[in-house]
Amino acid sequence: MSLTEPIVLGIESSCDETGVGIVRGNKLLANAVSSSMDEHVRFGGVIPEIAARAHLEAFVPTLQQALDTAKLTLDDIDAIAVTSGPGLAGALMVGVSAAKALALATDKPLYGINHLVAHVGVGVLEGTVLPPTFGALLVSGGHTEILKVTSLTNDVQLLGSTIDDAAGEAYDKTARLLGLGYPGGPAIEKAAKEGDRKAFRFPRGLALPKFVGTADNPGKNRHNFSFSGLKTAVARCVEHFQANGEEIPVADIAASFQEAVVDVITSKAVRAAKEHGLKTLLLGGGVAANTRLRELLAARCASAGINLVVPPFALCTDNGGMVAALGAQLVADGVAPSGLDFATDSSQPVTNIVLQSGN
Amino acid sequence: MTNYLVIDTSAHASVALIDSDSGNVIGERTSPKGNDQTETLSSYVKELLDTHSQRGQDLAGIIVGVGPGPFTGLRVGLVAARTFGFVWNVPVHGVMSLHALAERVIDAGDAPKEFLVASDARRKEVYWARYNNTGVLLDGPHVAAASTLDAMPLYGVGAGIYAEVLRELGATPVEASFDWIADARYLAPRALQLLGDGADLSDTSPMYLRESDAQVPAFMKKDKL
Ligand SMILES: [Zn+2]
Repeated sequence: MSLTEPIVLGIESSCDETGVGIVRGNKLLANAVSSSMDEHVRFGGVIPEIAARAHLEAFVPTLQQALDTAKLTLDDIDAIAVTSGPGLAGALMVGVSAAKALALATDKPLYGINHLVAHVGVGVLEGTVLPPTFGALLVSGGHTEILKVTSLTNDVQLLGSTIDDAAGEAYDKTARLLGLGYPGGPAIEKAAKEGDRKAFRFPRGLALPKFVGTADNPGKNRHNFSFSGLKTAVARCVEHFQANGEEIPVADIAASFQEAVVDVITSKAVRAAKEHGLKTLLLGGGVAANTRLRELLAARCASAGINLVVPPFALCTDNGGMVAALGAQLVADGVAPSGLDFATDSSQPVTNIVLQSGN
Repeated sequence: MTNYLVIDTSAHASVALIDSDSGNVIGERTSPKGNDQTETLSSYVKELLDTHSQRGQDLAGIIVGVGPGPFTGLRVGLVAARTFGFVWNVPVHGVMSLHALAERVIDAGDAPKEFLVASDARRKEVYWARYNNTGVLLDGPHVAAASTLDAMPLYGVGAGIYAEVLRELGATPVEASFDWIADARYLAPRALQLLGDGADLSDTSPMYLRESDAQVPAFMKKDKL
């Protein structure tokens, strides 16, 4: 195989998207995604059992579709990568079992890799050149993290993460409260466009001095997030209007909620990047689609002298292309494959980029 | 001579290589644990193929147990079987997993005229089916509490877990079978017989027998606030 431009097939099944992507080095050849999102709408959130059932049915057709798009056969593939975690255990197991069967049947090396690092790894696709050390801000229905990436293949550090809900979950829960449907992200953003983001001052989680400390003497939660207080504040606000028999100002609440989320996310991410000397920040995860988040992050990065990188939206949501992209980096760096015996790890830490056999 | 690869993960990860003409077991591996299907299955398959110099693409086909069984483990086997079939371009045949328990009862000799088999469905229930002593499926598969089963001879790990309840019902849980799970080697005879009769086993849909348990929450039922 070409070590510099290996052809890698990536498999993703950590949540509600079944993804199979194929890359050649840093070039994306195919990115087939089958989503069970429509099946979760009436529940107002992802139901793990429904997601796992859908992965089983979608896997082989999605694999076929990716091969067709790339105009390749399995013989052309040099290595296979699969998300081993973090994610929903039952969903991960479908993708990992499929990946192992595929690796065994085709006699290709298999890499069990970290989903969060894959969200960052996608940044090398489409001609983007990333500096040796950079920061990453991941915001989605399942994660809210700030990472320091010294090497995509062997040195990723978690600078901050949410201590309760992910940002996307906060959007979903608030959308429910406001009767805006699921998924919450696009619904809140649409409603917020008609509203005044200064109408209500909702709390910014873990922003008080006792949590953040100072640069020299940082508090434990300096770079961490919390959205549960915000959710409660929105609920109280809604109840207040209901109790008074007044109409609920949905647009203003949506806009003010969104401002609280993006304000705290962007300010903490930029501060973490500055304090760790990170000159480039990559934004990943499904919430990267949020216009207000990108707008405020771009402005704050610009004034802090940080170069902001935002991959195309289709590569920000969960997909197999990002798994393949990180897999290709690992192959190119000569990292040992994971073998066939590894287990899924639903809470795999970012420091564990690729599973090693015997783990 | 061609062989079938048999996979069942409705209980533990269980794999066998079977001679398609004689039905003889060429090799087999079954995990002693019920929660390591993802870790063990592909390694077991690799070991069997390597040990017996069997190329996947030369298999007569793949026989897979479609359950019923705990969902997560069941899916691990099904997605692997479908993937093997896709890559090797060999047919995948789905067979109901409780047949393996019935086959074992008959294979052990002196099977009662009619009997039940039961596997562990967790949540205080069993997956069960009723057979006669020639292996004909008379009823099932179903999922139910052991206390609702008919009072008759009962085999399988499900009989062991609820032996006391079953005895109170007047049923006869057969102690020698209390560690019997759906085993790939016992799934094969039924599959070979069905295939010999020209049956279409191409449906490998899992037999969940239970809904996903997801409830539409009250707040989603309201149109508006
Ligand atoms: Zn993700």
